[in-house]
Amino acid sequence: MFYREAGDFKTSYADDSQTFPIRFDRLRYYAVVAVAFGVIPFVINDYWANAVFVPFLIYAIAAIGLNILTGYCGQVSLGTGGFMAVGAYACYKLMTAFPEVSILIHVLLAGGITAMVGVLFGLPSLRIKGFYLAVATLAAQFFLVWLFNKVPWFYNYSASGQISAPERTILGHPVTGAATTASAKYLFCLVILFALAWLARNLTRGTVGRKWMAIRDMDIAAEIIGVNPLTTKLSAFAISSFYIGVAGALFFAVYLGAAEVGEAFGIQKSFLILFMIIIGGLGSIFGSFAGAAFMVLMPVLLKNILVGQFGWATDLAAHVELMIVGALIVIFLIAEPHGMAQLWRLAKEKLRLWPFPH
Amino acid sequence: MKDMTEGYTTADGRRIGPVLMEMKNITLRFGGVKAITDISFDIREGEIRAIIGPNGAGKSSMLNVISGFYVPQEGEVWFKGYRRGPMRPYQVARLGISRTFQNIALFDGMSVLDNIMTGRLTLMKSGLLNQALWWGRAEREETEHREKVEKIIDFLEIQAIRKTPVGRLPYGLKKRVELARALAAEPKLLLLDEPMAGMNVEEKEDMSRFILDVNDEFGTTIVLIEHDMGVVMDLSDRVVVMDYGKKIGDGTPDEVRSNPDVINAYLGVAHD
Repeated sequence: MFYREAGDFKTSYADDSQTFPIRFDRLRYYAVVAVAFGVIPFVINDYWANAVFVPFLIYAIAAIGLNILTGYCGQVSLGTGGFMAVGAYACYKLMTAFPEVSILIHVLLAGGITAMVGVLFGLPSLRIKGFYLAVATLAAQFFLVWLFNKVPWFYNYSASGQISAPERTILGHPVTGAATTASAKYLFCLVILFALAWLARNLTRGTVGRKWMAIRDMDIAAEIIGVNPLTTKLSAFAISSFYIGVAGALFFAVYLGAAEVGEAFGIQKSFLILFMIIIGGLGSIFGSFAGAAFMVLMPVLLKNILVGQFGWATDLAAHVELMIVGALIVIFLIAEPHGMAQLWRLAKEKLRLWPFPH
Repeated sequence: MKDMTEGYTTADGRRIGPVLMEMKNITLRFGGVKAITDISFDIREGEIRAIIGPNGAGKSSMLNVISGFYVPQEGEVWFKGYRRGPMRPYQVARLGISRTFQNIALFDGMSVLDNIMTGRLTLMKSGLLNQALWWGRAEREETEHREKVEKIIDFLEIQAIRKTPVGRLPYGLKKRVELARALAAEPKLLLLDEPMAGMNVEEKEDMSRFILDVNDEFGTTIVLIEHDMGVVMDLSDRVVVMDYGKKIGDGTPDEVRSNPDVINAYLGVAHD
């Protein structure tokens, strides 16, 4: 009915290769962007920002980053938590060392530093693949957490071993620290996510993305048609780590405010983000959003239902919630191994023909 | 055998140029096993050169030497009049040599169009930042190359499947897409490793037609490994015959056919 490509003729290759080739899709995208920027900031409150929107936005950035590396370039990484920690600590050191510089620049620089660390830990990928690479990145995870724990310089010799974000403002509005309003947090993260998602989409649709996917699908054939495996894999590690570093910086500075490395950026964070991209869909930007939404929203939703509706005790609800989320993941992966992005694609294909069956 | 450095004209009027690639005394060993022993031959510009031989004769190894997968222990590879040092495959690709594989090596997760576009990587120049912003050169380049790719799609008659993921295609079409990807790089030299293996007669005819058309229209030099003798004898200008890693014959199809060594080793001896 609504979702039609009939009559929508493309007359140039640029038109044909645009991100949303179908008109209805394009309009829906504009609508989502308009609501995200024009409506939500005015109605958001602290609960919605802290429980739902801000973690969703930040995890979406991290998921896009990991998806670039794992979904597009095929290099499995279990070091996401460690790389987020690099971003967080880099951001903290920069914020405290150069208080007069804008927080936005600090966040981006933190991403840049993480990119460099990512390239360093990406070097083994030139020799090892698959599970073996996963183990190598796992080593990065443990090493980085250990490093930030053991070297007091990273947390400015604070007695608690924690890092905490001082107040920083953008255009006069605080975006970090205790005085930050819900909409400021939300908008700051949203703007960064929007820009990074757009850049990721551009990278993955063109030459760079094809190189990554060529390495992922068949590295020997990729090399034979002129893909340099060294630069291609390292560029994926660099860009992926940049995204993850930015996410780590935001997670610490905007969302948590104060963080302890083992707790905030432990191995469970690596797995959480890996789950997001597997459930959302490997090799899909939309999948990164969908996976992040699933993993952030599902616990909140379940908690509200179990505690709010059924009146269960919170500790009981917390345990049951874990079980249900775990079961859902398993069921989901059996039903659709290619993730929510694939479900979405199938739904759209059905919708193209609806209401006719063929 | 004809010996003209400037080339010659074939019976059907195609112009064969001077030597494009020369293999000199190539020996390739894997540990103690000699895959290729002291083989020399040349490939002339514009010709279709076949390499034949029984299984395990070292044909694919030879192709792998040409495309840079294997570096021979002895011997020299000359291309366009220069000696080629040891190179990685992606560097060889940039010289203008592309190939297809015996077992199809396409990128299954990508569409036909993206697969073929990937073939043009060596010709695309826009940088990472340019790509990220999708502005200026990156966007222009994408459209230009899309146009070239569409020509190849038309040429190989695969318009209908351009947006289909490669993983879903049947075998014969995959082979064709692989040829398209190799052609997209606008190679000087195209290596085809058993382009007709496992095809039915009709598909073989199609593929033969495409190979001849590629050679004719783009002037691409083609090196071909194939088991179907009828196809080899019909298509190729000159044939190298290998057996147990050694060259046992080299010449036009007619010369090879009447060579007693070749008949013995490969085409079969008439037992009375």
